[in-house]
Amino acid sequence: MTGTPPTREPGHESGRPRERLDGPAKVAGRAPYAYEQPAEDPLFLFPVRSTIARGRVLWVDTEEAAAVPGVVAVLTHLNAPRLASRDDLELWVLQDDEVRHHGQFVGAVIAGTPEVARWAASLVRVEYQREWHDVVLRADHPERYRPDHVNPSFDTDTSLGDVDEALADAAATVDQTYRTPVQHHVPMEPHTTVVRWPGPADLGAVAMYDSNQGVSPIRKVLAPLLGLDPDQVWIHSPHVGGAFGSKASPKAHHVLTALAAHLVPGRPVKCALTRQQMFANAGHRTPTIQRVRLGADRRGRLTAIAHDVVEHTARFKEFAEQTAVATRTMYAADNRRTTHRLVPLDVPAPVIMRAPGEAPGMFALECAMDELAVALGMDPVELRIRNEPDADPESGLPFSTRHLVRCLREGADRFGWADRPPAGQGRRDGDWLVGFGVAASTYPLFPQQGSSARIRALPGGRRQVEIAASDLGTGTWTALTQIAADALAVPAEAVDLVIGDSALPSTVGAGGSSGLSIWGTTVVAAARAFRDRFGDDPPAGAEEVGELPENTAVGRYALHAFGAQFAEVRVDAVTGEIRVPRMVGIFDVGRVINPRTARSQLIGGMTMGLSMALHEESVVDPRFGHVVNGDYAEYHIPTNADVGDIDVSWLDEPDPLYNPMGSKGIGEIGIVGTAAAVANAVWHATGVRVRDVPITPDRLLGRLR
Amino acid sequence: MIPFDYHRATDVEDAVRTAAARPDAAYLAGGTNLVDHLRLGITSPGLLVDVSRLPFDDIDRLADGGVRVGAGVRNSDLAAHPAIRRDYPMLAAALLAGASWQLRNLATTGGNLLQRTRCAYFQNPATPCNKREPGSGCSALAGWQRHHAILGASEHCVAVHPSDMAVPLAALDATVRITGPGGNRGVPLTAFHRLPGDEPQRDTVLDHGELITAVDLPRMPPTTRSAYRKVRDRASYAFALVSVAATLTVTDGVVRDARIALGGVAHKPWRATRAEETLRGAAARAESFRAAAEAELAEAEPLPGSAFKTTMVREALVSVLTGLAEGRPR
Repeated sequence: MTGTPPTREPGHESGRPRERLDGPAKVAGRAPYAYEQPAEDPLFLFPVRSTIARGRVLWVDTEEAAAVPGVVAVLTHLNAPRLASRDDLELWVLQDDEVRHHGQFVGAVIAGTPEVARWAASLVRVEYQREWHDVVLRADHPERYRPDHVNPSFDTDTSLGDVDEALADAAATVDQTYRTPVQHHVPMEPHTTVVRWPGPADLGAVAMYDSNQGVSPIRKVLAPLLGLDPDQVWIHSPHVGGAFGSKASPKAHHVLTALAAHLVPGRPVKCALTRQQMFANAGHRTPTIQRVRLGADRRGRLTAIAHDVVEHTARFKEFAEQTAVATRTMYAADNRRTTHRLVPLDVPAPVIMRAPGEAPGMFALECAMDELAVALGMDPVELRIRNEPDADPESGLPFSTRHLVRCLREGADRFGWADRPPAGQGRRDGDWLVGFGVAASTYPLFPQQGSSARIRALPGGRRQVEIAASDLGTGTWTALTQIAADALAVPAEAVDLVIGDSALPSTVGAGGSSGLSIWGTTVVAAARAFRDRFGDDPPAGAEEVGELPENTAVGRYALHAFGAQFAEVRVDAVTGEIRVPRMVGIFDVGRVINPRTARSQLIGGMTMGLSMALHEESVVDPRFGHVVNGDYAEYHIPTNADVGDIDVSWLDEPDPLYNPMGSKGIGEIGIVGTAAAVANAVWHATGVRVRDVPITPDRLLGRLR
Repeated sequence: MIPFDYHRATDVEDAVRTAAARPDAAYLAGGTNLVDHLRLGITSPGLLVDVSRLPFDDIDRLADGGVRVGAGVRNSDLAAHPAIRRDYPMLAAALLAGASWQLRNLATTGGNLLQRTRCAYFQNPATPCNKREPGSGCSALAGWQRHHAILGASEHCVAVHPSDMAVPLAALDATVRITGPGGNRGVPLTAFHRLPGDEPQRDTVLDHGELITAVDLPRMPPTTRSAYRKVRDRASYAFALVSVAATLTVTDGVVRDARIALGGVAHKPWRATRAEETLRGAAARAESFRAAAEAELAEAEPLPGSAFKTTMVREALVSVLTGLAEGRPR
């Protein structure tokens, strides 16, 4: 935006539907993603991956690969540089002969072109000593255990009152098991990194162009692993083509590429995972088996809620998805419990993915609520409203704001819920069975720590705002500029935002739908400090750093976003094919900073929920331990033709307590609830209750009226 | 770089002579399937003979009223051609139901017929597959079977042919025109693709060096109604779970002629001759159509994971035929 004169009165940026500031550069191909960054005389890396799920590498024959013209080096555990820390076995790359999952990196070829690297990698011969492996999640698995906490730091189990007694006394009960499969993030931009070691003199011992969700947290983990101080590692990541949790933490390819770069000092080594590799080397969501029990009195007041979850983790690295945590907040009931149990398997490490916890957990709870409404003969919207709690049901804390009932009521109006035929009697339109479904959603507002920003006055009344934030394609470049403009009382056109670089003041990564809240709060604090010190007519070069203040609402209030989703589903009575012509989502997400980018994020979220309901499933072959359908042709996400009209809106209700902008998070709540709304609509259309996603035609075929 | 030789054919004779002389040669046209396979390590021909510039991109009217489609005609051009849209609408529909715009803009008529199965074990060189590596075993027999055959499979291979286009071509009695080292020949499309038997590595009856030059479509009687119905997991860019191509000629409420081919159910586009025989002379109503479908599927031998296809293709076929009989294509 250099050279653009100020054109607007300051102070009114928040709430303005600005077009993406990075849009023109992206459309014109001038916004460099990691793999496209300038790299002088680069080398290319292609991994060699294990074809067994568990065992040891007995020997590796690299002779043929090394002899291919253009190959610079073949990396194996026998010649790889040593790492400094064994704390995280996912990152313990080429340090021993152990194979911990199918597709694990057991070597790599570095060559002058990507084609040569790939070809030579296929010539590396690896002999294994195969060991028994297990990749199948079962609820009664003998190795099932209780983790100390669930992601990120929630209690593993909670219990209040006596659920069994309340269920025995209830007028209506639901006791069902819901399942969600392994899912993968599948961002359009694959995991890519370019590493130079040593980096150029001014950039540090290691210089990286990388696609990630936060340069600061990535650096914090990678640097000590490489035996370096964080200051010695420079990471640049200004544009990211989707991540969804899979790029929040370092992955094995970062380490593999760094090790390779160490072997070829001063030459950049480029690595881009293939789509197929992304199904073993870029994280995934655990499958879940969830038993939900609900009890209610005759008037639909819940007396018991129990949500018991079994899910998997990698045997070599624990990750416990917080699947039942949202159930602790949703509805009032005197008797309640939630539990999480893990089964350690010989699978790659699961990780956060698209509303971790809430997405699978609320699928189960909100389908169960629909089943309870049927058991009670009650409207499912009304059932939810009747169970609205006065305060957070388990902590007893007051909500900062909670407008779920308004979302349900206003969403029902927007959707035309009143036209819904009676339960179990959906409409028929030719061969199509038509049904409506509803579900509620919630997402927590995560407090975070450790974030700073720098404000600098530039000539001509401009301000440079520096923070190591990230834009995953979500709109940070635009919305954070708007927050900064208001905080600095200058027009947005006078703000030069700089993000995505580890040389900038350190902050949190994008994740937990909290990026903009944390970065915005930090920028507001820095702007206040800057204006306190220099006023509104600062000399060019004036500079101030501000820190994220402690969030005083934490511990005093329950902090959550809420929403309600409605779906119309059409099922072909002949083939079982399912279409979703329209959905409505209405959200209590505080003040919206940029309605344009927010709308995109909420539509994107609901599309991911639709995807979870109808499409996404990573099929794991128990014999080999790999994902069978690991490419875009077979791992389905919705195409444009699958996404009908999605009407999203939000209540204009700022949250005065969570952050100074009045905003909540919007990145993930669109996902939560959508899958259940679709599944509930499928039931309404067909009378068939499918409790396992994805709901594919074969699951309905032969069961249709 | 994967080492292979490349030759851009100057004419048909040059192409055939060059390919026939090298047992490790493969023809390259649109490349939408072959290039993927090169990258994935599924195949590694030593010589690619590029036939994409040969003059095979015409669609001509034949003397008998049929149409000759050049082997190099792109799927999107074929689907958009006025003669195809008017006289063979189910072929246009099948083409448009396949792949994506980008792929259809590249993929050719000949290449479409020669595309290989999407069996996930065939696609992954790390898993055994008799089609990719004869004798290594069939991983699908005890594996993921959602996209596998219910008809005509063998103990060596349960893969299905993925083409949409080939299904109406089978129903239309199309002929594949071939030029090879021994001269020219024509093969009915229904005899072009093979069942797997004990040689699942052979998808078609083509001998090495033979090149598809055209596909001939016989004249369609103007009174015949036709439809293509594809059932899939998502609305676009998905291979068929099952598909049905059918033509129906009805006079006075009686079926005079029916031509039916099924996709997604076998190693080849499956011409449903039993169903056709059952229908000929039968009353054009749902009971007849159901009986025809049952007759065709009597010998279906699905795997546990593909059992749903028997129901799915039966219901789709009944629905398509009913729609054609009632004059409202479904």
